[in-house]
Amino acid sequence: MPQAAISDGAAIQASNVSRYYRMGQDVVRALDGVSLEIRRGEFLAVLGSSGSGKSTLLNIMAGLDRPTSGRMLVLGRDLTALTSEGLAHYRRVTVGMVFQAFNLIGRMTVAENVELPMRFAAVERSERQARVLNALERVGLKARARHRPAELSGGEQQRVALARALVNRPAILLADEPTGNLDSRTAAEILALLHTVNQSLATTVVMVTHEEALARRYAERNLHLADGKLTAAEAR
Amino acid sequence: MKTSDLAGLAAQNFRESVLRSSLTTAGITVGVASLVAMLSLGIGLQRLADRRLERSGLFDTVVVFSPVRFAGLGRRRLGPAPHKSPPLDESARQTMARLPGVAEVYPDIRVPVLLRLGSRQRLTLVSGTPPSARSSDAFKGMLGSFFSAASPGEIILQTDLARELSSHPAALLGRQITLSYAERQTLPASAPAGKIAPNSENSNLSAGFSVIRRDKTLRIVGIVKREPSAGFSRFARDGALIPLALAESLNAPEPSSLTDALQNHPAQATYARLIVRVRSPQAIQTAESKIKAMGFRTFSLLDTTRNIRRFFAVLDLFLGIFGSLALIVASLGIVNTLVMAILERRREIGIMKALGASDSDVRRLFFAEAAVMGAVGGAFGTALGWAIGRLINAGANLYLRRQHFPPEVIWRLPWWLVVGAIGFSILVSLAAGIYPASRAAQLDPVQTLRYE
Repeated sequence: MPQAAISDGAAIQASNVSRYYRMGQDVVRALDGVSLEIRRGEFLAVLGSSGSGKSTLLNIMAGLDRPTSGRMLVLGRDLTALTSEGLAHYRRVTVGMVFQAFNLIGRMTVAENVELPMRFAAVERSERQARVLNALERVGLKARARHRPAELSGGEQQRVALARALVNRPAILLADEPTGNLDSRTAAEILALLHTVNQSLATTVVMVTHEEALARRYAERNLHLADGKLTAAEAR
Repeated sequence: MKTSDLAGLAAQNFRESVLRSSLTTAGITVGVASLVAMLSLGIGLQRLADRRLERSGLFDTVVVFSPVRFAGLGRRRLGPAPHKSPPLDESARQTMARLPGVAEVYPDIRVPVLLRLGSRQRLTLVSGTPPSARSSDAFKGMLGSFFSAASPGEIILQTDLARELSSHPAALLGRQITLSYAERQTLPASAPAGKIAPNSENSNLSAGFSVIRRDKTLRIVGIVKREPSAGFSRFARDGALIPLALAESLNAPEPSSLTDALQNHPAQATYARLIVRVRSPQAIQTAESKIKAMGFRTFSLLDTTRNIRRFFAVLDLFLGIFGSLALIVASLGIVNTLVMAILERRREIGIMKALGASDSDVRRLFFAEAAVMGAVGGAFGTALGWAIGRLINAGANLYLRRQHFPPEVIWRLPWWLVVGAIGFSILVSLAAGIYPASRAAQLDPVQTLRYE
């Protein structure tokens, strides 16, 4: 399949991406012909109400879900053409994910949680320790390496999740409602951290949120989704 | 994902749900223990039977017969016709001794003798006994000792004969006994005048032999209940044994001596029977078929050995099947544990997939967890099976001692059974993990990570 349509500076390019779900006799259009382009190193926020399709869009960008139709190109690679193993490799190497519910594994320590993506990427054991500590230092939690997630506050857990998302040095960071479970002060701290990552590591950040104020403050561009369709785009 | 990381994660998961994993592993332990205990008992009994068979001398021996057959006497025998067979002589003996698996070949010599001890005398048969018979069960617990060297002037009496010679058989040990026997002396080709008429009809007779009575004094060194069964017709309890070399040196006439004389080649002495002893009962078949190919008639208890081995193979099979049943039941526990783990760890599996774990990584992780349970259960089960086997052995020996029997090892745990049992346990556990592992691998990460 030709991939010449993507711009040189584009990290992500969605072409008429749709995702339908069948619910009994009904068909739910979670995404309906979405086309967009995200530049390399951009901090983009996807805004929309609950059920607007923003998480579906993020899951397709993450290679966790496949579009019913359309193409999703990431760094020149068509995700729709990848096998299940190919998508797993893509998730290991190209993207990092942060979730609203933090999704840390409770029975592992903070350090083990951060180390986990490197296990799947078969990073040498000797290299892992240094990278874990480096990632934790970046989010200010080096001293908490041996703690369990349950011993941390919500903000700290999200910072651990961010360290975990960054430890394999991905080009793209995908954050699904990263501040949804946090108070406003902690939410601002997390977004500031995401902004720092975006600026210092030149990581492309795509954040799904419904907090417009924070999005306007940190994101370079905001896309609005409603009923699975892009309704507006605004630059800061 | 690297195998070491996979094993580390599996072990961590095992530790995290330690109670459930331990209970599942306990089931496997019991299953493997039952398998190991049953199979090691079967192997122990088989080894005991093998050892008995080997020591009996009945199952590692081929009797080779002289090809002579008297026309019209007795029923027709199987095997090659006498005129197609080579003579059973020293040359044939040497050829047989070189066959693979053959330990020794010696003549089956039985000499009619008159034994005299003081005023008592008794006609009996003495048998030539090879030095290798020393390890036979027949000499275990004997009065006195086995022959001191290959060819000394010593004799071992059988119990009934010793009782006939003395009311206190033990007192016979060390005493001298006189053995009178018939010695064969070959006559020269031209017989002395008067013995053979030199007429035209018999002038081509080349030789014959005469028989002369000889006496020999021997020292009684032992008394045994039965004769070591180097042959198959030696179950009398009133004979005596002398060293084989001594028996050969007596040069006593045998049935083959007469036929040799009649067939005009007395100088080329043949044996009536040769005993071919092989190194292990397993070598009998090859040795016997090669001797038959040489043109001789043979006899062995090969078929009996085969039947005994077949019986133990079937016994081991049944013991293995019954032992495995418990392990199969235990494997259902693994399926249950892993399916429960999937339900509990749905979100965790989704997280792993989001972080880059492939379907095969997840599948391998669940297989690894099943294998860890199998390996731990297999190791503990083997240890438990070993302990059960030791208990059975101890109990059996306690019973044997009370019945005044010597202790026996009826239970064996060879190294290959240890490795095999643990390997089988892992294999069964992996088989039990197929369904849960496939189910875990197919989980949709979007569904599992959906925020609740």
